[in-house]
Amino acid sequence: MAKGERKAGAVPPSGGGADAPAGGFVQLLTPDGEHLGSVTTADGTTYSVDFTDEEYRGLYRDLVTVRRLDAEATALQRQGELGLWASLLGQEAAQVGSGRALRPQDMAFPTYREHGVLYCRGIDPIMPFGLFRGVDQGGWDANEHKFNSYTIVIGSQTLHATGYAMGVTMDGKTGSPDGEAVIAYFGDGATSQGEVNESFVWSGVFNAPIVFFCQNNQYAISEPLERQTRIPLYNRAAGYGFPGIRIDGNDVLASYAVTRAALDNARNGQGPTLIEAYTYRMGAHTSSDDPTRYRIASEVESWKAKDPIARMRAFLAKQKVAGEDFFAEVDEAAKTLALDLRERVLAMPDPQPVTMFDHVYPHGSPELDEQRTAFTEYHASFEGSGH
Amino acid sequence: MAEKITLGKALNHGLRRALENDPKVVIMGEDVGKLGGVFRITDGLQKDFGEDRVIDTPLAEAGIVGTAVGLAIRGYRPVCEIQFDGFVFPAYNQIVAQVAKMFYRSKGKVRVPMVIRIPFGGGIGAVEHHSESPEAYFAHTPGLKVVTCSNPADAYTMIQQAIASDDPVVFFEPKRRYWEKGDVDLDAPLSGAYPLHAARVARPGTDATLLAYGPMVRVALDAAAAAAEDGRNLEVVDLRTLSPMDYPVIFESVKRTGRAVVVHEAPGNLGLGAELAARITEECFYSLEAPVLRVTGYDIPYPAARVEEDYLPDLDRLLDAVDRSFGW
Repeated sequence: MAKGERKAGAVPPSGGGADAPAGGFVQLLTPDGEHLGSVTTADGTTYSVDFTDEEYRGLYRDLVTVRRLDAEATALQRQGELGLWASLLGQEAAQVGSGRALRPQDMAFPTYREHGVLYCRGIDPIMPFGLFRGVDQGGWDANEHKFNSYTIVIGSQTLHATGYAMGVTMDGKTGSPDGEAVIAYFGDGATSQGEVNESFVWSGVFNAPIVFFCQNNQYAISEPLERQTRIPLYNRAAGYGFPGIRIDGNDVLASYAVTRAALDNARNGQGPTLIEAYTYRMGAHTSSDDPTRYRIASEVESWKAKDPIARMRAFLAKQKVAGEDFFAEVDEAAKTLALDLRERVLAMPDPQPVTMFDHVYPHGSPELDEQRTAFTEYHASFEGSGH
Repeated sequence: MAEKITLGKALNHGLRRALENDPKVVIMGEDVGKLGGVFRITDGLQKDFGEDRVIDTPLAEAGIVGTAVGLAIRGYRPVCEIQFDGFVFPAYNQIVAQVAKMFYRSKGKVRVPMVIRIPFGGGIGAVEHHSESPEAYFAHTPGLKVVTCSNPADAYTMIQQAIASDDPVVFFEPKRRYWEKGDVDLDAPLSGAYPLHAARVARPGTDATLLAYGPMVRVALDAAAAAAEDGRNLEVVDLRTLSPMDYPVIFESVKRTGRAVVVHEAPGNLGLGAELAARITEECFYSLEAPVLRVTGYDIPYPAARVEEDYLPDLDRLLDAVDRSFGW
């Protein structure tokens, strides 16, 4: 396998604005909605986007839509219609930017929070609701949509993504602009996992066409970033021999531009990149925890000022790319979609109990067949008894 | 035409044939390439099939199995080698939480046709972590198929069947039997082979049934031969498949003989013998002349090699159990 010519190691970002963490990050759209045009990092790489007005509006629509769907899910959970929900609130830009940077042939491996990426992959947004409502465990076709099942054990999917990417190379699908690439999503907490480190080792050694997209939302449930690392996470890449870069995770344009470049590098045979999307989880880890126990209100407020949707809206308004009519129409469309989703979720039937025996083994199992038969007969014995 | 080869060589031939027959088959693990594996099971395969088909990996078991999952999703048929039984635990999460559940999780839309080869069991004088029998952990996990071979002929066909299967298979290899020879027909078509998930009567008998698998089948056959000198005609069933267990063959045998003794190297507490005893009791109660007895390793960590012969079930312990069964 030919090694890429890119310099491995951490790429010192451009600096970013006053809202940047120490060491900076790649930012194209400031919290005030100022579009910086392009940004060149210390390694000489220039990042920019080349969107039409229609595409800018499309990105805004995506951001608003996934936030609205997420809000609907949170409400459904509070009303007892979902057993649990892992909210993406605050992480819309990281997900939509990277999700839209994917090409149809690229494969994504999510955690359990990538509802925005799922939406960008063209999957019916009702799909993850089955998992959180408890009627199934996902169940979309990973190969059809190029978006694998949600993975709940932290970090396990990064190895699956790495293996898949090795397969891409073995299939000869790298080394050209039309090649395939793979993206693996995970959070800051996952970087402590051995398996994530193993996936970095493997990807480096095999020069796999993969982008590791870490959404550093600052907390692993209640554990702050300081409990995971003493160095910026993107610096980790240097130890594995590939580039790492930090972006403003609340900037959909930076997320798009840097992910697209990293995916293109991967598909061209230049190997892995680690992207650290520096962002913030505005809500709870899942609907089960209480972030007020471990976060102070002022911190949350400071991140509110960096909101990914507000800045995109400010940019669109300032540049006269969109007006109030458009914003109202987007809100209305998102609301309609969310209400439609709500109706469909409420109508989502419980599975037939006997289906729990389905799909345990591709080739079946005589023991399981026996248990299924016994189960059916047992339940049939209650018919007509009023039970 | 049948050739007399060792179990280890039979596995090597089986892997070679799988690599030849299906370009999607890849072998991956530590030392499987140039070295040919620490037991030389993959000897010569990288030389003939290249570094992309027989992949020397970094040293991390979760990584081996986890990347194999991704390759399987991509359409490959990875065959992972875990170097020794006691090293499988770093990969345990991947095997039980991912490999076993991909098909179920995706409602049958994602298959991970892969084989995880694990040399297992004691008797070779090895150090800690090199002699364990962790099969019950995997047999307890729905979604995995768990099999083990006991002789060269089975080794040759079963490894090919496991690779051809869309079920994820944990394939236990009885390492102390790697060097034992037997007849193997290397040209026999796989289509005519004995089914992968079927137990086999290794020695027919009438007076009691010995249930064994992997390395203990040889011990059971030796015990049956010794018992024959005392006028007892013991049947030996080689389980071959540990999950799912082929109960019809087991029940038929025990109902006919009226006595059952299970033997395995793993600790007895909550082991496969316990499950077998329970199931046989449920199904064959009125045919039993004695309780189902177990001869197993003790409920201790695998001991130091100098005392492993005292730990491992042997001919005498098995015959003693047979005596107890007849004394009931």
